[in-house]
Amino acid sequence: MDIIHQKKIWFSISGAIMVIALIVALLMGVNTGIDFTGGTLMEIELHQSVTTEDIRQHMDAWDPGANINFIGDHQTTVQIRTMVDMDHRERSTLFASLAGEYSLIADDFLRTEQFGPAVGREIRDRAFLAIIIAAIGMLAYITFRFEFSFGVAAILALVHDILIVLSVYVIFRIPLNSPFVAAMLTVLGYSINDTIVVFDRIRENKKSMKKFDYEQLATDSINQTVTRSIYTSATTLVTIVALYVLGVPQIKEFALPLIAGIISGTYSSIFIASPLWVMIKERGKDRKKMFAKTT
Amino acid sequence: MKVKGLIVFLLILAIAIGGVLTALNGLVLGNTEVQPMRDSIKQGLDLKGGAFVVFEADTDATGQELDLLINQTIQVFRRRVDAMGLTEPIIVKEGERRIRVELPGVEKVQDALDMVGKTAQLQFVTPDQEVVLTGGNVTNASPVFVDREPNPVVSLELDAEGTQRFSEATGRFIGEPIFIVLDDEIISAPIVQQQIFLGQATISGNFTMEEASNLAALIRAGALPVSLREVQTSTITASLGVDALNRSIEAAKIGIVLVFLFMLVIYRIPGLVANVALTLYILLVLAIFVSLEATLTLPGIAALILSIGMAVDANVIIFERLKEEIRNGKTVRAAMDSGFKRAYRTIIDANVTTLIAGMVLYQFGTGPIRGFAVMLMIGLGVSVFTAVFITRILLKSLISTNLFKNTKHFGV
Repeated sequence: MDIIHQKKIWFSISGAIMVIALIVALLMGVNTGIDFTGGTLMEIELHQSVTTEDIRQHMDAWDPGANINFIGDHQTTVQIRTMVDMDHRERSTLFASLAGEYSLIADDFLRTEQFGPAVGREIRDRAFLAIIIAAIGMLAYITFRFEFSFGVAAILALVHDILIVLSVYVIFRIPLNSPFVAAMLTVLGYSINDTIVVFDRIRENKKSMKKFDYEQLATDSINQTVTRSIYTSATTLVTIVALYVLGVPQIKEFALPLIAGIISGTYSSIFIASPLWVMIKERGKDRKKMFAKTT
Repeated sequence: MKVKGLIVFLLILAIAIGGVLTALNGLVLGNTEVQPMRDSIKQGLDLKGGAFVVFEADTDATGQELDLLINQTIQVFRRRVDAMGLTEPIIVKEGERRIRVELPGVEKVQDALDMVGKTAQLQFVTPDQEVVLTGGNVTNASPVFVDREPNPVVSLELDAEGTQRFSEATGRFIGEPIFIVLDDEIISAPIVQQQIFLGQATISGNFTMEEASNLAALIRAGALPVSLREVQTSTITASLGVDALNRSIEAAKIGIVLVFLFMLVIYRIPGLVANVALTLYILLVLAIFVSLEATLTLPGIAALILSIGMAVDANVIIFERLKEEIRNGKTVRAAMDSGFKRAYRTIIDANVTTLIAGMVLYQFGTGPIRGFAVMLMIGLGVSVFTAVFITRILLKSLISTNLFKNTKHFGV
């Protein structure tokens, strides 16, 4: 398959996903997790089927617009998510009123997560900083081990992966939160891992390259490593999908960005990173030629 | 056929199997006892249940004054948490004006939060709004039963100053109530029958025994010197945590079996070798994790499962090289040597970059996310070791037996 030559197709596919996400984001906004905005999440086992309206009555005093869902094996656990910062006393009051109506015991208050607005801001800023620092660290390492052109192409592929996973989140309205960021950082590592395997082959084949045909060089290298890329993503995906299918909600929100990231990472190492590298190199070649002409 | 190769292979296989059995069931050897992995690994709040709260001091104080307030608060927290009889509470200062309280394994999460977060400012107030006693005047508090009271009461012993002031106030307001106020809430308003000279008082209020004990413990531990705001809380009941752990283990089992099958089908003999190496990989990662006394969290388990998929990568890189070299006409043995040599550099480069992500994650993450980073970093280091060294030894010893000369055995 002539991957490099068809680069416009690959770039367009990725571009289209990002544009759709951008439109969705502009029209509907981005769904952010309470750990970034501040807020409260509560999960309470009710032992019976209840309607959203029943719960909403109890929640009205704090936030009439709270997000109410039913989860658990029998959909009898209510999950309340609000951007209102409820402290222990307020949460206890809410639980007491539910406990009164559905005769609950203390242990039925399964889970709480609460973040003050200031903490949310801090977590968000740290997450952003972490991604920037990780990207710079990787760029430095690749430049040190390979050459700058590889580093730039690899980082652009990384940016691509971040944007794609982000797009998936925006399009499907999944909340962005700190597990998402941790998963993103892992995806960065994984994706660059993939990219490096391809670049490593390019580096090796370059030594025996006769003329400066970067396109052929990249195509050959991709073909030589594509089996490995597919196998590795397959084994990693198998384990993560198992985790997603069987896991509890907290782990699902971790597994999902990993799944999206692994697919995007493998895709980008083949269809984005290498074509980008060829573009950078070809440009360098043109410039050299022009330089030769003028002098 | 060389027997030595076969022995080496079987020996490593035996170590792997023995390791798995030990990890699952524990081992007793003479006086030393190895606990099963499940019991020896330290579990985070999200797996064994419990609560953590980050409090922020609501005060204008800065510098030394703030330090003092925070330290006093930590002391009060410690006394309160000790009174609850918890095993491994963590109470630490975080930043300038924050305190993080972790209560792993606490059973009554909501009650525990009640206990920890209460200001517990105890005051005895006269009808003319004068504060005669505060919690600071109390030298001891305990729950007791007294005559003509069906419910337990909290009995207080007062210090010298308190005794004197209490005696003076009870003398002045005979026939009138004295309000006992806890955190701006009147919990009892006994009518003074006679002047009380002995430094003793009781608080009654239809308490259960547990409530009386808790109140006594709060008064003994003292009031918080500063008002605190909850800036972050996380609670989870033990049953939910155990469920999360069990389901993750189930997912891990299925994931591992699928990966093993995949490797066997695609690579045959090298696949078998990779599976033995992978088994050792999992054991080593867990053993290192335990010996570092790191805390296993839900994201940590995700990292472990993810890293199993990634650890296979190093083997896939090597085996794909191996196949390529065999196809290029090399003998199995020569192919193995050059395959390993060429794959080695790729593996190092690929792992270092992921390691950079892991280190950043550790530096910037908190709680569960750190558990994820630790597991990821251990996994990366160990995977280089098992994929490169263990696989190599295993493969070499198997090839030296000359049992597998057909290149089909290598998935070519």
